[in-house]
Amino acid sequence: MPFIEAIRLALQQIWVQKLKSFFTLLGVMIGVTFLIAVVSIVGGMSRYMTDQLVGKIMAVNSFELRSRPNINLGNHDDDYWRELRRRPRIKDTDIQPVTDALPDGVLWAAVGQDNLNIESKYVSKPRSVLAYTVTGDYFTIKKMAPVEGRLFSPQEYERGMNVVVIGQDVADYFFPSLDPIGRELTVRGLPYTVVGVMEKQGSAFGISFDKFIIAPHNSPLNRYVNPHGVIDGIMIQTPSREGMLSTMEDVRQVMRARHHLRPAQKDDFELETSDSALEFWNKIKGYLVIAGVALPAIGLVVGAIVIMNIMLVAVAERTREIGIRKSLGARRRDILSQFLVESATLSTVGAALGVIMGFAFAKLIAAVTPLPAAVELWSVLVGVGIGAGVGIVAGAYPASRASRLDPITALRAE
Amino acid sequence: MIEAPLGATAERQAVIASAGAAPDGDWVIVTRGLKREYDMGGEIVRALRGVDLAIRRNEYVAIMGPSGSGKSTLMNVIGCLDTPNEGEYWLNGTRVSSMSDDALARVRNKEIGFVFQTFNLLPRASALHNVELPLVYAGVSADERRRRAREALERVQLGGRMDHRPNELSGGQRQRVAIARALVNNPSILLADEPTGNLDSTTSEEIMRVFESLADQGQTVIMVTHEPDIAQHARRVVVLRDGLIASDERRSAFVEKLGLTV
Repeated sequence: MPFIEAIRLALQQIWVQKLKSFFTLLGVMIGVTFLIAVVSIVGGMSRYMTDQLVGKIMAVNSFELRSRPNINLGNHDDDYWRELRRRPRIKDTDIQPVTDALPDGVLWAAVGQDNLNIESKYVSKPRSVLAYTVTGDYFTIKKMAPVEGRLFSPQEYERGMNVVVIGQDVADYFFPSLDPIGRELTVRGLPYTVVGVMEKQGSAFGISFDKFIIAPHNSPLNRYVNPHGVIDGIMIQTPSREGMLSTMEDVRQVMRARHHLRPAQKDDFELETSDSALEFWNKIKGYLVIAGVALPAIGLVVGAIVIMNIMLVAVAERTREIGIRKSLGARRRDILSQFLVESATLSTVGAALGVIMGFAFAKLIAAVTPLPAAVELWSVLVGVGIGAGVGIVAGAYPASRASRLDPITALRAE
Repeated sequence: MIEAPLGATAERQAVIASAGAAPDGDWVIVTRGLKREYDMGGEIVRALRGVDLAIRRNEYVAIMGPSGSGKSTLMNVIGCLDTPNEGEYWLNGTRVSSMSDDALARVRNKEIGFVFQTFNLLPRASALHNVELPLVYAGVSADERRRRAREALERVQLGGRMDHRPNELSGGQRQRVAIARALVNNPSILLADEPTGNLDSTTSEEIMRVFESLADQGQTVIMVTHEPDIAQHARRVVVLRDGLIASDERRSAFVEKLGLTV
């Protein structure tokens, strides 16, 4: 029997028993729905991570000298954590030697950060914001520019004046319908003059990147952000990728010398690149994909069992029809393909509905939560392909039973 | 009252006697020593015990016999739905008694048109689609199928009911759809199994007239029945008893008109 004919017959069969068919393909539909939804959301997050988040946390061709890694991959034993705790911190005093070793054209910035409560006389309640103290080329590396006011002058950096630039959220909260430039914010009793408002940084996973204040490293704020002269780290950005690797090596040698490490000893500091942030994400993504595939797979297995059952019932109900078809000249493979096509069509229709539902679901999640979603063509093809596959696997046994029926017995069936 | 045309019986015996030889094209069906046994839960049922039968092209034959005589088994074997344990069966010059399942399916498709007591139409398909079915398995294109199915339905005066489903048709109409389906692939034999068993006497007569006219047009018709009234429409009556042919007689048209029974 021609393939098109078989599909037409199968669709007709599905249409005749609409309700029963719907329940039959529910399992496959739900399985594919979740598969598409998870894949879309993970895909969306992944695109977001690579395009935006990592770029925001870490600039291209940049690395950061830190005492301990910001990001810890995989499972580590107690020795690992003990070793991390024993490491010396990066201090104010490290900045000069490290930056002296950098070649020309390389940008750097010492950074510290902490959550601090700040106040203004325009708002009654204080609020906790991320406070940074920075030096050097911080704003250039981060590609941050003010929308109002200006950045710090060399004198302000040098003399550690009480000036801050602030994020959009801080401006909106502490200076409602006021121009923040020239007005003051109070941190731990000391007033800081706002000289600039930075452009909007956006948000990821519902966390705003605009709730910050930044002051020069030498300002009094540094006492609270980086107590005892301990800084979070030094960011270094090179003009090229190759330059980054050799510069990392230079910095490594400086730090090893400062920490008096013998050649056999391992580094007791961290040089973190944006690659490690991405590596971290890829690892999470791997787990998400496994979970996102494993759970729908259970749905698909259940769906397959349901389809197999329904097809066995269909073969039993239509024994007479099979007998008639055989008496009219249907060969085994005609009957086999008829039932295989029928179960594959049934399951593919379920998968197609699942693809549509999955898209709707992903879009819904993207709309009501901060999670992004990106629907990808390959997931559609995989979804529909899985549907057809499940149908063929589930239909194989019932179809082979149908094809082996004895025509005489089948014709006599009621 | 029973008239066997001179020479007919002798020729039949001759073609049956030449075991292993392919009969010439005039003989549609030749069986030699056909045996069929079933194992019914340890008990061997010998349904056919050596049936010798030869049927020429254009014959109209009724196979009669009480239940258990083996007539259904014979009809299944002739219809290539079943294969004999022993003996030869030549259909249209081809030995089909030892063919594979798929080969038998092709033979059923090309050579045999079945008409069943219970019509055996697909309930959800229109009359036209039911008639198209054998052509689907013959691999005929959709347009050609439709054309030939229409023609076949018109031949049985159902041109106006093509789009009706079986449950929208009367018993006689259903059986005529079944006849159209049996004829659509131009089979060598039309094989009818109690074709009037589910019909009232008026409708039965109507269906018998269809068979008669097909036989007049040269169609080979083999009909299995236990009703003498129906069998008397045939021009030759084969009676089976206990898996063997008990009698094989030719009737004259004159006898048929008098309505004499066996």
